[in-house]
Amino acid sequence: MPGPSTAGMTRRERYEAQQKRRSALIAATSTVTVVAALYFLVPLAPGWAKVQQSFFNGEVLIKTFPKLLDAFRINVMIFAWSAPAIAVLGLLIALARDAKSPALFPLRIFGAAFTDVFRGVPVILTVYLIGFGIPGLGLPRPWNSPYIWGSLALILTYSAYVAEIFRSGIDSVHHSQRAAALSLGLSERQVMRDVVLPQAIRNVVPSQMNMLIALQKDVSLLSFIGPVEIFRQAGVFKSLLANFTPYVGAAIIFLVVTIPATRYADHLMARQMRERR
Amino acid sequence: MSRMLSIAVASIALSSAAHAQGDCAAGKTLTDGKFTVATGNPAYYPWVLDDAPEKGEGFEAAVAFAVAEEMGFDASDVVWVRSSFDEAIQPGAKSFDVNIQQYSITPERDQVVDFSAPYYTAPMAVLVGANATGTEATLEALKGLQWGAVGSTTAVPKLAGVIQPDSDPLLYGDNADVNAAIIANQIDAALFDLPTALYLSAVVVEGSKVIGQFPADPDDNPDQFGMLLEEGNPLKTCIDAALASLSESGKLAAIEAKWLQDTTGVPLIR
Repeated sequence: MPGPSTAGMTRRERYEAQQKRRSALIAATSTVTVVAALYFLVPLAPGWAKVQQSFFNGEVLIKTFPKLLDAFRINVMIFAWSAPAIAVLGLLIALARDAKSPALFPLRIFGAAFTDVFRGVPVILTVYLIGFGIPGLGLPRPWNSPYIWGSLALILTYSAYVAEIFRSGIDSVHHSQRAAALSLGLSERQVMRDVVLPQAIRNVVPSQMNMLIALQKDVSLLSFIGPVEIFRQAGVFKSLLANFTPYVGAAIIFLVVTIPATRYADHLMARQMRERR
Repeated sequence: MSRMLSIAVASIALSSAAHAQGDCAAGKTLTDGKFTVATGNPAYYPWVLDDAPEKGEGFEAAVAFAVAEEMGFDASDVVWVRSSFDEAIQPGAKSFDVNIQQYSITPERDQVVDFSAPYYTAPMAVLVGANATGTEATLEALKGLQWGAVGSTTAVPKLAGVIQPDSDPLLYGDNADVNAAIIANQIDAALFDLPTALYLSAVVVEGSKVIGQFPADPDDNPDQFGMLLEEGNPLKTCIDAALASLSESGKLAAIEAKWLQDTTGVPLIR
């Protein structure tokens, strides 16, 4: 079917366009088939009516969604103050592990111990131990707030991961660059600050995006020590209404935030790959 | 000493003729003319005072005597024995007519043993940490506290609906976490059912106090305590009738007020 746009195309171009249309058609057909199969077959399962009633209940969703959204503000708040702290602490730990001077050896040991401990302990344990343990020492209010100490637990755990990523970024800058900068008369500090770090940080931005996404979800672990964020709020609704739909509602809110973030991280990663080639 | 005395009293009573009693329980008890009641070993405050149920002091001791009286037994016809909690809820023959030691009526237990009608419905009570023990038992004073609760319980709607605290409550996964938060002074107060609250304040959370209780509310999905009987025991109908008439006459409520509000010092919240 030669339309106006095909005019002036070579035979090869026409062939390629045809192939492209063909594969698009196949992809569309197969997708529609799969979706239709899911849409028509899943409801045939004997338990579907019950599952739909307790997991995908529109009435419950409408009733609980505004409150869930409200509770999600607490997640955003905790995320907003934890993320910068994690970036700073993670970078400091990475630098500590990279310290070259023999006098700073204790710093390297500290950095290594820090990453070992906080990467090795499940986040929820750290949240419990710090969230209840430190306030239990007898701090006065408001300094014993679960928001403060729970956030600290997240910050410690995540900076351990983030530090390792920064370190891999620092290692990815070739040694010859350091040597060259040193030979130009820059000090060790200047080399790190002006030559290595700018490249290192740029190299690890996509990986750090993934950490941000993970952090965004792990903020919910603070619900174990008191804050009524979205996961706890959904749990309260679940108990009150004996219905799991609020959890699905919470999942939707999470997805609305994380899917664009994940796509953006993928995009950054792809761009980086192109630049490296 | 009192224990020996009671055994002595019981054996004397055994040798004498059976007292007059209501028709219902006749021939249905373990020993004719006697009403054998088991309780915990030891039995705890405020359910039984001083581990001496035969004195009739403490809520459950008083209830047992009241039920006995209602069925036509004299106080001297009530024989006390002891049993462990777990041993009594196993299936099989029993060494008692009824066992009274805070047995929550659950469907699972009901399959292997029988329960009387509930003699107690656990109300919600307020447990406060060491820093808030001076709080008055009024809704007004309770509003100002920092509250905590287990997120999956009816304490949450109760808080939001009845107390309406000034600051948002913190919610936790289970009782242990709520206790940890009270100990860490992150929250002032938490809602538990009264028996749990009394236990926590006496044993688990140092310096804490139960400052008030709400009237029992069936919407709270509360624990209900029943007397435990052997499966199929015909005495159950007599016990249920006695409890029904006690609650109708207000005697049961008076016993509860005396031993679970006045004695424990946990007033009703106004």
